[in-house]
Amino acid sequence: MEHIRTTKVELVKLIDRFSTSNKSLTGTLYLTATHLLFIDANQKETWILHHHIAAVEKLALTTSGCPLVIQCKNFRVVHFSVPRERDCHDIYNSLLQLSRSASYEELYAFSYNPNQNESKRLQGWQLIDLAEEYRRMGVQNSNWQLSDANRDYKVCETYPRELYVPRAVSKPIIVGSSKFRSKGRFPVLSYYHRDKEAAICRCSQPLSGFSARCLEDEHMLQAISKANPAHHYMYVMDTRPKLNAMANRAAGKGYENEDNYANIRFQFVGIENIHVMRSSLQKLLEVSGTKALSVNNFLSGLENSGWLRHIKALLDAAVFLAKAIAIENATVLVHCSDGWDRTSQVCSLGALLLDSYYRTIKGFMVLIEKDWISFGHKFSDRCGQLDGDPKEISPVFTQFLEGVWHLTEQFPQAFEYNEALLLQIHEHVHSCQFGNFLGNCQKEREELKLKEKTYSLWPFLLDEQEKYLNPLYNPNFSQKLAFLEPNTVSFNFKFWRNMYHQFDRTMHPRQSVFNLIMTMNEQNKKLEEDFKELEAKLKERTRQSETLLTKEPLQSVHPASPALKSSPGFKKEQPLLPMNDSNRTIEGSNTADNRYSEYMEELSKAEPAIVSLEYGVARMTC
Amino acid sequence: MLLTVIPFILSMHRVASSSGSITLKCKDLKVLQLEIPGMEECLNISRSIEALSSVESVMMMYPFFYRPQSMKLKDGWQLYPLQHYYQQIATETTAWRLSCVNGEFTVCPSYPAAVIVPTAVDDNTLKKAARFHQGGRFPILSYYHKKNGTVLLRSSQPLIGPNRKRCPEDEQLLSAALNRGERGFIIDTRSAQAAKQARMMGGGTESKSSYPCWRRLHGPLERGRPLQESFIKLVEACNDTSLSMDRWLSKLESSKWLAHLKGALSTACLAAQCMEREEACVLVHGAEGTDTTLLVTALAQVILDPECRTLTGFQGLLEREWIKAGHPFHFRCARSAYSHARLKQEAPIFLLFLDCVWQLGRQFPFSLEFNEHLLLVLFEHTYASSYGTFLCNSEKERCLCEVKEKTHSLWSWLNQPSQQKKHLNPLYTYNALVIWPSVEPQSLQLWQGLFLRWIRSSQYLDEAWAEIQRLVTSCEDAPEESAGDRQCHSQPDAAHPHRQTQLGNAG
Repeated sequence: MEHIRTTKVELVKLIDRFSTSNKSLTGTLYLTATHLLFIDANQKETWILHHHIAAVEKLALTTSGCPLVIQCKNFRVVHFSVPRERDCHDIYNSLLQLSRSASYEELYAFSYNPNQNESKRLQGWQLIDLAEEYRRMGVQNSNWQLSDANRDYKVCETYPRELYVPRAVSKPIIVGSSKFRSKGRFPVLSYYHRDKEAAICRCSQPLSGFSARCLEDEHMLQAISKANPAHHYMYVMDTRPKLNAMANRAAGKGYENEDNYANIRFQFVGIENIHVMRSSLQKLLEVSGTKALSVNNFLSGLENSGWLRHIKALLDAAVFLAKAIAIENATVLVHCSDGWDRTSQVCSLGALLLDSYYRTIKGFMVLIEKDWISFGHKFSDRCGQLDGDPKEISPVFTQFLEGVWHLTEQFPQAFEYNEALLLQIHEHVHSCQFGNFLGNCQKEREELKLKEKTYSLWPFLLDEQEKYLNPLYNPNFSQKLAFLEPNTVSFNFKFWRNMYHQFDRTMHPRQSVFNLIMTMNEQNKKLEEDFKELEAKLKERTRQSETLLTKEPLQSVHPASPALKSSPGFKKEQPLLPMNDSNRTIEGSNTADNRYSEYMEELSKAEPAIVSLEYGVARMTC
Repeated sequence: MLLTVIPFILSMHRVASSSGSITLKCKDLKVLQLEIPGMEECLNISRSIEALSSVESVMMMYPFFYRPQSMKLKDGWQLYPLQHYYQQIATETTAWRLSCVNGEFTVCPSYPAAVIVPTAVDDNTLKKAARFHQGGRFPILSYYHKKNGTVLLRSSQPLIGPNRKRCPEDEQLLSAALNRGERGFIIDTRSAQAAKQARMMGGGTESKSSYPCWRRLHGPLERGRPLQESFIKLVEACNDTSLSMDRWLSKLESSKWLAHLKGALSTACLAAQCMEREEACVLVHGAEGTDTTLLVTALAQVILDPECRTLTGFQGLLEREWIKAGHPFHFRCARSAYSHARLKQEAPIFLLFLDCVWQLGRQFPFSLEFNEHLLLVLFEHTYASSYGTFLCNSEKERCLCEVKEKTHSLWSWLNQPSQQKKHLNPLYTYNALVIWPSVEPQSLQLWQGLFLRWIRSSQYLDEAWAEIQRLVTSCEDAPEESAGDRQCHSQPDAAHPHRQTQLGNAG
């Protein structure tokens, strides 16, 4: 690659980002076409994908070397110290170039080759079929039908080709309504609740300004309302804060006037825009990345960042949506400004509360394909896949995943998948390794020929789905509930340590209950398999012995077999197997990792006479 | 029924309008609203409750009247004698002895009758050293770390005073705790400044010149009234479900409870680190030596010693390091969080300890033999109990009140198989290692099971926990069943039918 000038630098130090005494590991840094690799003296490898790099910073030269700080989109932060400034500069420049691709074709997905044959690759792309998903929901039906209005992306470029609208709506109405909506994103079906015959619909804001009206749009909303036979009113949820929506009116946009639309109930939800969210996350990361952070600074930083407030707003909106459908049987139309950020968040979280299918692994993939990918959440812009406008970057999808995580925390048995799936999806939304999340909308994806040139993430996740299974999942859990109703009182919201500190090993619990249960299940499965195999062998042997041997030798077969014969008898061996212990050993429990001695250094500042342990011991002996 | 409820009642807020309703705010943080028909009855009941919930005399308290049929008095009181603990140490070393210098509680009223001290120091020296310590709490052994032979000592502050008094006997006692050439650490649970200021009031902290073998460290911990206020604020914040996110976080912060947790864990880890990594002996003290001192020494033991992480070991630890060590439970755990009476002596030090242990359990879910439920039970029983275990402030008072003769021990109830079962952690496996927790703010959590216990439903979490229990025990029961099988049938017999069917299949 033309950007790489130095491929290998030795004696680089990887500095513990939280250590106040700059504890470090020495090793070698390698630069490849796709990754930055650090191998420390213990041969432990740290791989960093170039696409994951959000920012590279070269700090002022110190006596020990030239510091290089790399912040990743998956919240890994690495702090290197390179002995020679020239090397540091070379790596810095290379990373700057490599982490900012100018065109889609440079992204990893176009070169990633997992050695899979072509037909399997194509099958992978067919794994998630949205037409099938709409059939599962129960459309088309007497009230809803597939519209071909957007077959050639003529009505709305950022929508998919297949859209579902009320049967009563004709093409002129669709076209008219789309002209009255920001970016042409007219109201369409997102989720249909079969039992309640109520729907979640989505769109963008109307171009109402202070007084403009559009009869087609009014007709459209009426048709949506009437497509719900049980009900005579529908909700229109504007997910923005009221002030923002009003400000939009001055620009000729705005929100629905209840007087112009028959039987709508209008509701603001107050989720902030992408810019607020971006700076909120930035503040959160600043706080959580502080060295020697005190509890009070952490909590006040958490408060000032506003992050958990935003997550709560998201879940509150989703609960409002789910209640409207499950309790009031009312159809809900959701929009924000352009209808691809907050609208995606609220529609998908709402559907997740209403439909247990989305709480299975496959269903979750379908949900993301439907409400995020197909409806044109601008993954490329929001994740900064290409070198573009930094103001377009925003953690909208991360917030959605965090909302899901909070639900899994409150309903440990309701989800088939676990936190690891959420983290892995987050990883790949930013990795650009698979085609699913490239580009900003379906039209763009088709133009990029992603299905021909790249791989889909979903089959890879399904292949290793054991990792993502929630061992506590109970498929019957959801049956007793009309919908999941999370408690959204503030104290339920917690800092998601496993996301924002996923690479800071020392902060995590040293023993994991989930892992233990999962390995236990795995072992049981394996033991059962072993047992079956042994049983088969035994059968074979007894058969042999019967045919070949007389009564007496039968006895000699016996001692080897009975222990294996009875199932419980075999299981007795289990505690003796080595893996059981290894599950329960403690990872990374070590004083050095926990920085108590640094805490002591802090203490020692209070009184100069006091020595810190690290250095103090030597001096004390004199 | 009423009698068992009453001990939990803290205060009564009469909303005695026409409806006649009583709000009971209990010490276990529960809030009950009773609607009582008839104003007269309502007032009577409230008066009775008020009188009964503020019994002054220890001897009139419920444990002295509680007589369950299934239990015998005196059971359980001898479960964890100090002698046993000393015997364990004596088998490893001769440097320590059991002293009965405090047999009549005259040397130190808050110490038990027997204490463990260096063999090289005689009782007379101890008496003189005791006079040099607040409340007579001279340095004694708290924990012997078998792995490397280091010890954890605790005391109260030395009475150095403004004139920098010295006490040769105390110096002798502390140097006798160390082997020749060894150095030790003194961990003062006050800030350096507070320790210095204490001299004006006759206290202070060991100076370098008088105790050349000891190095001093400070781990300032909150205590007393500020800690109680922290508890009250946190409970208030938790009870207000209308708080916006920002208000909640700022109230959580201003309660400072999590900061106190971090402080306690860090200081305990520091003590543990000095022993385990630096192989040095450690003396812990604050001022009185009955609060933060015990918090640090007890926590350090849970971190260091796998024995203290078992169900009975933990009870033994509480008995040694809190009850016999003279933590004034009667003063500290009188009214709990809903009381606005400014009780000078009230402070949730022991609750802070339980919370720290809970945090350890969250970070090392397989390393504690007991579960959250035990910690909750202990919390309840320190504030109001049918058992005498947490009554009074010291062994001396317990003897005077004849607690051991006239009340039941909590331990004998907890150790009944039916109770034990509820308190065991199904994931537990013996872990010989030291458990070093993370003390980063991101790693500490609000103890929802305690603070939100009555505020939000934990149904789904409880069900999930039951499922974990089911999964784990079904895995582990299997071998036991089979063991049973094997005992019941002799092997050839057991195998025989199988073989027959096998042969049948083959044929």
